[in-house]
Amino acid sequence: MEFLHAFFIAPFVEMVDQPWFLFEVLVGGLSAGVMYSLVALGFVLIFKASGVFNYAQGVMVLFAALNLVGLMEWGVPVWLALILTVIIMIGLAFAVERLVLRKLVNQEPIILFMATIGLAFFLEGFGETIWGSDVRPLDIGIPDDVWFVGDAMLQQSDIFAAVVASFLVTVLALFFHYTRIGRALRAVADDHQAALSIGIPLNHIWIIVWAVAGFVALVAGVMWGARLGVQFSLAIIALKALPVLILGGFTSIPGAIIGGLIIGAGEKVAEVYWGSLFGGAIEEWFAYVVALVFLFFRPQGLFGDKIIERV
Amino acid sequence: MSGVAPVSGQAERIGGELLRVDNVSLSFGGVKALSEISFDIKKGEIRSIIGPNGAGKSSMLNVVNGFYQAQEGSIHYKGVTYAPMRPYIAASNGIARTFQNIALFRGMSTLDNIMTGRVLKMKASLLEQALYMFRGKSEELEHREHVEKVIDFLEIQAIRRTPVGRLPYGLQKRVELGRALAAEPDLLLLDEPMAGMNVEEKEDMSRFIIDVNEQFGTTIALIEHDMSVVMDLSDRVVVLDYGKKLADGTPDEVRGNQDVIDAYLGVTHD
Repeated sequence: MEFLHAFFIAPFVEMVDQPWFLFEVLVGGLSAGVMYSLVALGFVLIFKASGVFNYAQGVMVLFAALNLVGLMEWGVPVWLALILTVIIMIGLAFAVERLVLRKLVNQEPIILFMATIGLAFFLEGFGETIWGSDVRPLDIGIPDDVWFVGDAMLQQSDIFAAVVASFLVTVLALFFHYTRIGRALRAVADDHQAALSIGIPLNHIWIIVWAVAGFVALVAGVMWGARLGVQFSLAIIALKALPVLILGGFTSIPGAIIGGLIIGAGEKVAEVYWGSLFGGAIEEWFAYVVALVFLFFRPQGLFGDKIIERV
Repeated sequence: MSGVAPVSGQAERIGGELLRVDNVSLSFGGVKALSEISFDIKKGEIRSIIGPNGAGKSSMLNVVNGFYQAQEGSIHYKGVTYAPMRPYIAASNGIARTFQNIALFRGMSTLDNIMTGRVLKMKASLLEQALYMFRGKSEELEHREHVEKVIDFLEIQAIRRTPVGRLPYGLQKRVELGRALAAEPDLLLLDEPMAGMNVEEKEDMSRFIIDVNEQFGTTIALIEHDMSVVMDLSDRVVVLDYGKKLADGTPDEVRGNQDVIDAYLGVTHD
């Protein structure tokens, strides 16, 4: 009885009692969600364009952040370091296309997936070899003051992340929905060979998509790095994007965003109001449980393409 | 195949050489898929490639549009020599194709699938398209118009919005032909367009092939197993067996060739 009360009634009473606190928790959760979304976005881009789950996306986030912070330690000014990192990520896209994807055209998705696992390990090791494995702070001048809205305290850096993410998403959504690249991408994801036969330059498409995914990884890396410092656990945190993708659908850019927000807000609220019932730290696994439940009822995610199969 | 009219007016329909395959050899590891194959395709003709399973017919088409790169030999197309051909070059120079195992974009509608065939014809810049203005808008409408014509031509208006994954096999084959036609090809490569079809569907498909050839003057290279279809449709026939060229000529010549009879038409002694 006591447990039921604590589970079903007490948290809601608390929410209504202290609405500003709830607001603060929600905003904190949503802004963490935005960060998940940024990582998930990179996965979605590559999945849309090649039908491949790019396991290395998380490591790309780390790799981008490592390069940025490393360049800045050399005394390169922030703006130049950002530009150089973008160039490095584009170079990475070229290398991946030339050395990995080109050899694997028309192979099964599982083979491409395995290749991305290999790529993840390579990038992690390569990054460590060049830049070492210390945890480094990243400060590129993102505002880190607080604002007060009513009784709630909001981090400016959270708001900043949200603004950047919304901008990025809008641009990407326009790009993919309204250009022939978008249609070409969907074509490539569906069937490599058919796409080639109608003259879609597969190699260019892959370079474009991996470069864009690299850029998104950089943005995510900057945001995460500024918050947690640049460290190797970033690659693991980035895998939180997985439940986000299951929720939002692997092929939907808006899905990645909304999935991220739901997961972010959900896990914070769950932690704050229900955490103590389960001995705390439910933030760690809450997202995965939500994803699991989702898989039962809506395997294509909230916004994903419905899978149609003739039997 | 009583529904198929005999091909007429050959003299004016068929022009000079459009494509020549020159001494092409292709092997996968130790397996020789094609050895020293040469033949030509004339402008406006229907050219069939026949042969038993594993004869190298599909490999031949794949070499022509650049999916496979032959170790030896070259492709001459519209007066240019390619050794080897590349898929992008082939597509942007007017070679379109269909596949033995249907290769459609299964998640997309019939309309979108056929629209993808126009991808190389679109010239508006990304920004114009993104904003759907200036050339972006007029271009989309113009292509849409062309695609609608293809849809009318193939009589698939009713399935315009249907995701192709849901369509029956015969219709999928038709949509695939539509995608190839949307590119307004000069040379159309059809890899077993009638495999697995019933008699009625085969007659429809034969009719479309003849109409495409006659109305648009499209040159067609056809792989097909159904002998009556091949003999009815083709102007000339190449016969392959175990990667070698066995015979080359009009349907009547090929039908009378003893090598071909032995290797392939063995049962039709009469």
